[in-house]
Amino acid sequence: MDILKQIAESLERGEDDPVRELTSQAVADGIAPGTILNDGLIRGMGIVGERFRLREIFLPEVLLAARAMTGGMEVLKLLLVRDKLPLGTKVVIGSVRGDLHDIGKNLVGIMLKGAGFEVIDLGTDVQPERFVDTAVAENAPLIGMSALLTTTMPAMKEVVDLVEARQLRSKVKTIIGGAAVSAEFAGQIGADAYAFDAAKAVERVKQLVG
Amino acid sequence: MEEIRIRLRHGDVLLGDGAWGTMLMQRGLRAGEPPDMACISQPGAIEEIAALYLESGAEIVTTNSFGASPLKLQMFGLAGRTEEINRKSVEAARRAVGTRAYVSASVGPTGRLLKPYGDVEAGEVQAGFERQVRALAEAGADLICVETMTDLAEAVLAVRAARAVAPAAPVMATMTFDATPRGFHTVMGVTVEQAAAGLEEAGADILGSNCGNGIETMIEIAREFRRRSRLPVAIRSNAGLPVLREGVLAYPESPGFMAERVPQLLAAGVQIIGGCCGTTPAHIAALRKTIDSSRQ
Repeated sequence: MDILKQIAESLERGEDDPVRELTSQAVADGIAPGTILNDGLIRGMGIVGERFRLREIFLPEVLLAARAMTGGMEVLKLLLVRDKLPLGTKVVIGSVRGDLHDIGKNLVGIMLKGAGFEVIDLGTDVQPERFVDTAVAENAPLIGMSALLTTTMPAMKEVVDLVEARQLRSKVKTIIGGAAVSAEFAGQIGADAYAFDAAKAVERVKQLVG
Repeated sequence: MEEIRIRLRHGDVLLGDGAWGTMLMQRGLRAGEPPDMACISQPGAIEEIAALYLESGAEIVTTNSFGASPLKLQMFGLAGRTEEINRKSVEAARRAVGTRAYVSASVGPTGRLLKPYGDVEAGEVQAGFERQVRALAEAGADLICVETMTDLAEAVLAVRAARAVAPAAPVMATMTFDATPRGFHTVMGVTVEQAAAGLEEAGADILGSNCGNGIETMIEIAREFRRRSRLPVAIRSNAGLPVLREGVLAYPESPGFMAERVPQLLAAGVQIIGGCCGTTPAHIAALRKTIDSSRQ
């Protein structure tokens, strides 16, 4: 079988060591690191994400796959740096000020990592300034915000306003998600995108900065 | 007050309270502070909410200690105040309800994932829950309420912790399920059957579900629990799942809508009925009426 397909399938099963070994094997076979990343690891994680969305599998399987992915990434990382290939676009995510819910936000982080992004997770109850300061300091072109509670939705607007006030609109895109918010709300506050769930988040982020 | 397990054994139906998070938010939580800290910083607000639910007819009032396990408090650098926060959560509820309602001590998830999926050891999680439950029980909680769990392993550790440090206290354990093409599962993949077996084996006295669904789905979950266990079943339903109405987010199920469906919960054998996210004192009052009229 095609080794890239083997990597993807092994990753779907959440196998740490085999994914690492197969990735090393693919490198030894002379396959370009970028190809191994996209057609092996990221393809496998994409399938995992889709099966989770359909609830054919559950969070434990996603977490194991994500960890296997990290193992494979470690093998590739040095080579990607050597070839000056991007390690993945940086994205800053967090639950907004006043919101302590993080299950959805964590899932988005896992799926974004699975799609090859470098995720900087600021956690929960994140102050608007911290989102923007981090995006600037890390040179990240995207801020992803989560809110479960209706009461914390205004904090999302503050982040978008801050991006605007610092004249970063062209450099830093904003995306929101979580049970409290909607595409309509994203439009109202001037966010660049809204995502209904973690799978959609990956799709939209790719459209914005991929 | 008669011990809650005896009431349930007699076949009594007990009404719980409704949502706490939104009620607290309306009274203004402090930025950067977990909601549990309101037990210390705004005990008056806690008493007020507990009193509102009592007046609405609740016979079980929940403490504001959902996130007060040391592992969760650690995220705010507050693990050292575990005992204080939990004790005050019970004291505030007790001041409001006296002996007119049971004080149900909330124990929510740690927010951390157990190994092998996450980075935390079972022993650490259980030790944390033991610290929390000891403080809750010593402050005089009438029952321990392990709730909103999605990982059966974590729920079992919480129940075992309660059994270990407060062996006399009744333990209620409820998990949060999603409807999937293959039946009800938590996001961690736990079925109702697995939850019922695991929680019962760990020593829970009352089983069931809270959060994640509106009342119609909860009726189906209740029936599933009834089929899987002989223990009393508790159901605390959301007022539906949030929807957008004229740009404002709202929980769609009115007090009347939920109350109309209470007879189906009763028919399913549910003995503890209450509300979760989006429910208000008005919802609880409506549930009270239906429960009372079905008794006649």
